[in-house]
Amino acid sequence: MSAASDVGFHAQRQARWHYGEVVFWLVVLACGFAFPSRYLIMTDILRLALFAMSLDLILGYAGIVSLGHAAFFGVGAYAAGLLALHGIVNEPVLALIVAGLAAMVLGFATSFLVIRGVDLTRLMVTLGIALLLEALAERFSNITGGTDGLQGIEMQPILGRIPFDMFGKAGFFYSLTVLFLLFLFARRVVHSPFGLSLRAIKNNPLRAAAIGIPVNRRLIAIYTLAAFYAGIAGALFTQTTAIASLDVFAFERSADLMLVLVIGGTGYLYGGLIGAVIFRMLQELFSTITPQYWQFWIGLVLVVIVLVGRQRLHRWVLYVPNLVVKQVAGRKAVVAVPESDS
Amino acid sequence: MTAILTNLFDGVAYGMLLFVLACGLAVTLGLMNFVNLAHGAFAMAGGYVCMVLVNRMGWPFFAALPLAFVSSAAIGIVLERSLYRHLYARSHLDQVLFTIGLTFMSVAAVDYIQGSSRVFINLPAALQGQFDLFGVGIGRYRLMIIVICGLLTIGLQMVLAKTRFGSRLRAAVDDPRAASGLGINVPQVFAFTFAFGCGLAGLGGALSAEILGLDPYFPLKFMIYFLIVVTVGGSSSITGPFLASLLLGIGDVAGKYYVPKMGPFVIYTMMIVILIWRPNGLFGRTAAR
Repeated sequence: MSAASDVGFHAQRQARWHYGEVVFWLVVLACGFAFPSRYLIMTDILRLALFAMSLDLILGYAGIVSLGHAAFFGVGAYAAGLLALHGIVNEPVLALIVAGLAAMVLGFATSFLVIRGVDLTRLMVTLGIALLLEALAERFSNITGGTDGLQGIEMQPILGRIPFDMFGKAGFFYSLTVLFLLFLFARRVVHSPFGLSLRAIKNNPLRAAAIGIPVNRRLIAIYTLAAFYAGIAGALFTQTTAIASLDVFAFERSADLMLVLVIGGTGYLYGGLIGAVIFRMLQELFSTITPQYWQFWIGLVLVVIVLVGRQRLHRWVLYVPNLVVKQVAGRKAVVAVPESDS
Repeated sequence: MTAILTNLFDGVAYGMLLFVLACGLAVTLGLMNFVNLAHGAFAMAGGYVCMVLVNRMGWPFFAALPLAFVSSAAIGIVLERSLYRHLYARSHLDQVLFTIGLTFMSVAAVDYIQGSSRVFINLPAALQGQFDLFGVGIGRYRLMIIVICGLLTIGLQMVLAKTRFGSRLRAAVDDPRAASGLGINVPQVFAFTFAFGCGLAGLGGALSAEILGLDPYFPLKFMIYFLIVVTVGGSSSITGPFLASLLLGIGDVAGKYYVPKMGPFVIYTMMIVILIWRPNGLFGRTAAR
């Protein structure tokens, strides 16, 4: 077997759907029917999961560390809010896409700034862009509502048929559908030759360039795509909660997002989804213990995760599932976090 | 004309303050290549120590300042030896996560102990108000800041350039392996420098309570400013960060005075433009290798 077909074989095997993934999505769907009183928090988790998946695309696959991913979330949120408020695009699905495109345009424009320089410059530039947008949103308070945020947003029925209800049932299934569709697309992207080239860039940009991968163009493309995803997440936020305020741009949002992804693990797409569930549960737990100071415990979790080491932590978490798989199916561990990120 | 000069004066004082706050970060971030987003937490610690000493225990302001330095340096060295040390070789992502975690913890802890409102330090009467010098309004407190920070800057430059410790530090930064081969205890030099930088931040925090405002969110609010100083200034000497902080201070004061509606817009735009133009900082070789 030649080297090229060997690579293709492994890539294709990676790309195939596993039973575990089907089970995962069935469980998510089942949650929607099993906990009818918890739609609001579950919708929140789905939004966060989509947002985290967006960061995973650039951090886990392309290795871009961003401290300002909330910029795109915020643009999506305000775009969706303004579209609904002024009745420009009334239909939520269409508005969602328009809002995503708005964030995408910003992502494309700023990607040229981000691909320059090393990690540290990237951190600064992404952080700077998010802060800049927050300052702008505060400045143009006649459009954005300033610190009060956009108020009085009324959402039209989805596709003109399904109205948003006060229990959030429609919102939940709407968000779930959007998340699933975008997940399918992201899954396709990361397993395509394009996705493989991104991993090559992440591992060693110099070598990737040497074998003929257009490094900058690939980075711009994935950054733009990630911005689109983040924008959709932001738009979902506005559409399901009917508010958009300045804190969509806040640094804490970007920082929390990092934590979500780190809890779940980067570079296999499910990290964001799993991380979002665990993060929200932790947050609920901490805020029931100390309503005002939950941030302390979140910080502690971050510190502990880093000190223990992310890889070691994931090995511990996956120890039991892998043991079960080994015993039941009689083969080597299939549940694994494939990528190490450095 | 006088308004311009007064603004310039305020800007210089502000910039000097930023320099003292951030020059510790210039060492950890620029020289040791460690992304320490928690630097502001040390500054806040110093500020709160000073506040408690002056307001609650009745210490004179000038006696409390050195203690702010010492306490922040002590916290710095404890954390460096126990936690930071293990992360020098890790990826930037790990360092970012770790220091964000520390920042969150410090914010919540101070909020818990001291409450979330802004605190003020009772200043001696001699430092309040302002006087006119050729028609230019000069704030006494700001003048004191310029004097203290100016002396500190000269002192730092002397230590770095003339003393044995300074040359050790420069050697350790230039090439840690060769330096340790020559018998320089590199981790010790780094630990000491880290602690000293934290101490300076603590002193800066105590001084800044009056000008920047001191509340539990201090580390998050001013994180970007410290990072700007270091990334824009570069790290080949302390002159780079010094000039960058002056630029930032004057730019920020002027921006808030002349285009108040744009708020912090001016600063962020300035930073992004400079970073695009010179990704390794305005002055000096590289901000990060």
